[in-house]
Amino acid sequence: MFGIFVRRFASALPIILIVSLMTFSLMHFIPGDPAAAMAGLSATPDMIIQLRHDLGLDEPFLTQLFTWYSGLLHGNLGRSILMGKPVMEVMLFRLPVTVALSAYALVITLVIGLVAGVFAALRHNSWVDQAAMVFSMLGISLPNFWLGLLMIIIFGVWLGWLPTGGYVAFSDDPVGWLRTSTMPAVSLALLQVGLLARITRSTMLEVLRQDYIRTARAKGLKWRVVVVKHALVNALIPITTVVGIIVSLSVSGSVVTESLFSIPGVGQLLTQGVLNRDYPLVQGGLLIVTTLLVFVNVLVDVSYALLDPRVRHENR
Amino acid sequence: MKTAETRRHPAWETLGRLLRHRMFAMGLCLFGIIVVAGVLAPVITSVDPTKLAMRFKFRPPSADFVFGTDNFGRSLWSRVIWGAQLSMMIGASVVLLNAVFGTLIGAVAGYFPRLDNVLMRLNDALMAFPAILLAIGITSVLGPSTVNVILALSIVYIPRTARIVRASVIVLREMEYVQAAVAAGAGHWRILRRHIMPNAMGPLIVQLSFLFAYAVLSEATLSFLGLGAVPPTPTWGNIMAEGRQYMTDSFWIITIPGVALMVTVLGLNLLGDGLRDVLDPRLRIQQ
Amino acid sequence: MSLLEVRNLTTAFQTGRGEINAIEDVSFSVEPGEILGIVGESGSGKSVTALTIMGLLPRPPARVAQGSVWFDGQELTGLAETRMERIRGKGISMVFQEPMTSLNPVLSIGEQVMETVRAHERVGPAEQRRRAIEMLDRVGIPSAAKRMGDFPHQLSGGQRQRVMLAIGLACRPRLLIADEPTTALDVTIQAQVLDLMMDLRDELGMAIIIITHNMGVIAETADRVLVMYAGRIVEQAPVQTVFDAPAHPYTRGLLGCVPTLEQDTRRLLAIPGSLPEPGLRPEGCRFAPRCELAIEACRAGLPPLESLAAGHDVACIRA
Repeated sequence: MFGIFVRRFASALPIILIVSLMTFSLMHFIPGDPAAAMAGLSATPDMIIQLRHDLGLDEPFLTQLFTWYSGLLHGNLGRSILMGKPVMEVMLFRLPVTVALSAYALVITLVIGLVAGVFAALRHNSWVDQAAMVFSMLGISLPNFWLGLLMIIIFGVWLGWLPTGGYVAFSDDPVGWLRTSTMPAVSLALLQVGLLARITRSTMLEVLRQDYIRTARAKGLKWRVVVVKHALVNALIPITTVVGIIVSLSVSGSVVTESLFSIPGVGQLLTQGVLNRDYPLVQGGLLIVTTLLVFVNVLVDVSYALLDPRVRHENR
Repeated sequence: MKTAETRRHPAWETLGRLLRHRMFAMGLCLFGIIVVAGVLAPVITSVDPTKLAMRFKFRPPSADFVFGTDNFGRSLWSRVIWGAQLSMMIGASVVLLNAVFGTLIGAVAGYFPRLDNVLMRLNDALMAFPAILLAIGITSVLGPSTVNVILALSIVYIPRTARIVRASVIVLREMEYVQAAVAAGAGHWRILRRHIMPNAMGPLIVQLSFLFAYAVLSEATLSFLGLGAVPPTPTWGNIMAEGRQYMTDSFWIITIPGVALMVTVLGLNLLGDGLRDVLDPRLRIQQ
Repeated sequence: MSLLEVRNLTTAFQTGRGEINAIEDVSFSVEPGEILGIVGESGSGKSVTALTIMGLLPRPPARVAQGSVWFDGQELTGLAETRMERIRGKGISMVFQEPMTSLNPVLSIGEQVMETVRAHERVGPAEQRRRAIEMLDRVGIPSAAKRMGDFPHQLSGGQRQRVMLAIGLACRPRLLIADEPTTALDVTIQAQVLDLMMDLRDELGMAIIIITHNMGVIAETADRVLVMYAGRIVEQAPVQTVFDAPAHPYTRGLLGCVPTLEQDTRRLLAIPGSLPEPGLRPEGCRFAPRCELAIEACRAGLPPLESLAAGHDVACIRA
């Protein structure tokens, strides 16, 4: 088992290497003078020269590349112009907020998506199936920021049930966290719920047709046992691959959702960085988030092997 | 011989099957409404979407202003319809660029195993970035504009399209009739063009219809964040971003472009599901 | 009283072209300890008969349109699913023809045998394990205790079929239905599995219904034979009678191309033509279009199953 983990992890390293190279090159695609662009319109020529020096942009390309990678090795991603602090520090400070929000959305997705998908498959072609599929279709078609706006109007303003924005850390006040995170998490989860329900349904329909399901029934097992132990466990194998995509979508969505609900997470920070042309912040944020997602996918791959004995033995 | 003459061309056959597919027909209608609205924008709107008229501001939908007005008294009807035109243009451009470059990269990677490794490593790396985040990063570097949004979304989605084309090509490459063409000494490009690509079209078309939906949705997200076309050019995203401040009283400003966006994406998703049911042979076998 | 009694059973399927009878008016019985062979081409309704007895057909599209199934004095048709669950695996077990796909790929073979015991008997984990090892050992899995944790993909086809048998026999059922149990296996393994089934019949005193298209398998195992064609029973007789004096032209056709255990012919080349599809079945005797002896009267009406001698029934007006 440990061997699989190491192997999958190692195969992710080249990807991270290319990702970091791409993020590094990003700044070199800024048309004109990046330092001038970052410093803003009101900057004096001296300020621009100073900034260019601070960012190392006056160095030759290869030196910049070397500085970037030696920085990475020490966990140094440069300084944010906007915050005046190391990018790594501000990111790590904001990360727990985004992770908590994404985790909440993921839990909602898994519970509703799996349940809806399984029931739709078990009641194939019934009204339950049709309703679940109509809602899933709407889920994948509604823009999540628009849904967020509507929820703010309805539940925040008109009904006054939940605050329209802001954030309370879970460690400070769990109830406050639930109150501030529920609307963002729901609006964030909607797309993924739709996706997961559709995939769960089609996979379950496929699995329920298999011969081993008939065998399980012929043994006299209770229908509940057949569905959960025999059908669902087998269906989870292909479903697991989707979890990586779902997490990636959650993180993507959190950029807008966090700005919408004024949640001080990585997404909101990145938006501020982009709007203020704080390129080191954007660069660093992009790299950290993407690296984390690559690791999430490694974990997904490993759990795939955990679920499927065929994969497990193939890798032995 | 006679039956061959009376039988319709296979393309018509497929079209007939598509139109009988309920979801496809519904999707086509929804998407059609938006496309027609976008194309006919100069005809069906009489007011300049950027024209300010402060005395008419915050008018709810009425006989005079079908969709109401915004905080500057601009007609939302005009703005949403012109926004539709821009959305369709951006969506179509991204789809076109994907069709060209995604196909090219996917076909080359799938057909020439030696190039496959390099191309797919780059592909994997680009796909490792969360889609919207990468698009945000690219537009922030290039600066907000319509062209840059098209460029950014193409860079984000081409690897995904290439992957799908590559998968089809790898399967088709091993087919006997392709092997026969290779043995007969046909050139690589001829084989790709004549024997492989026509059979890889199904999954590609399905992917492109979903891609259109993602592109429209992503464009709206980017312009909602202020990274799309620069105001006062109306886009669904920036109309909603501007309307956000006034949404408690003038909720129609955000509701109407949101509905337009939903209709587009829903239409395209239904269209894509229908196309997949009819065109993708791998899935057809399973059903 | 017989162990199993099937009376006038008709199973219908809902299709795009209306309701079609997969089997029609099927009646037979199985005595304790007896091996009944059901033979016919694929599509003749053998498997549908077995699955109807087990209550394993998906409903809809399938339904029992007529008749009844009685097991040990209890009517199975129309029995509540929870009651049926208690009979499956305990009273009647079934072994399927596809050993490659009939085992759950993510559960160990030990677990798959043990859960059958667990479903029917209140015994602790240690006893479940002991029983599973005993059964796996009995069906000829070498060093069974060590193989309990193996997964299906680690086993050969023959071994998987043995595991299927162990699952079927785990609770010592009174009737075992084996649907083409050896078709997917190669010849030497086929003979071993058949011998094993016969031994177990003697040892456990259970009855067996063996479903096959292979007359060689019938000759080797069965006490009594049921011949099915296009959803109906066409002949029923003790095995010796079937081989010595077959009455129905179809049975004779089957014997004309007797596939021995060594050479298995899936398609019966000696009989010209092919099985009519359900829904496209001819008027009158369904075999008439392929029958050398057919006369005008054969196409007029369905020939009833009539007794020719004691224990020998045939549905043919020319017999």
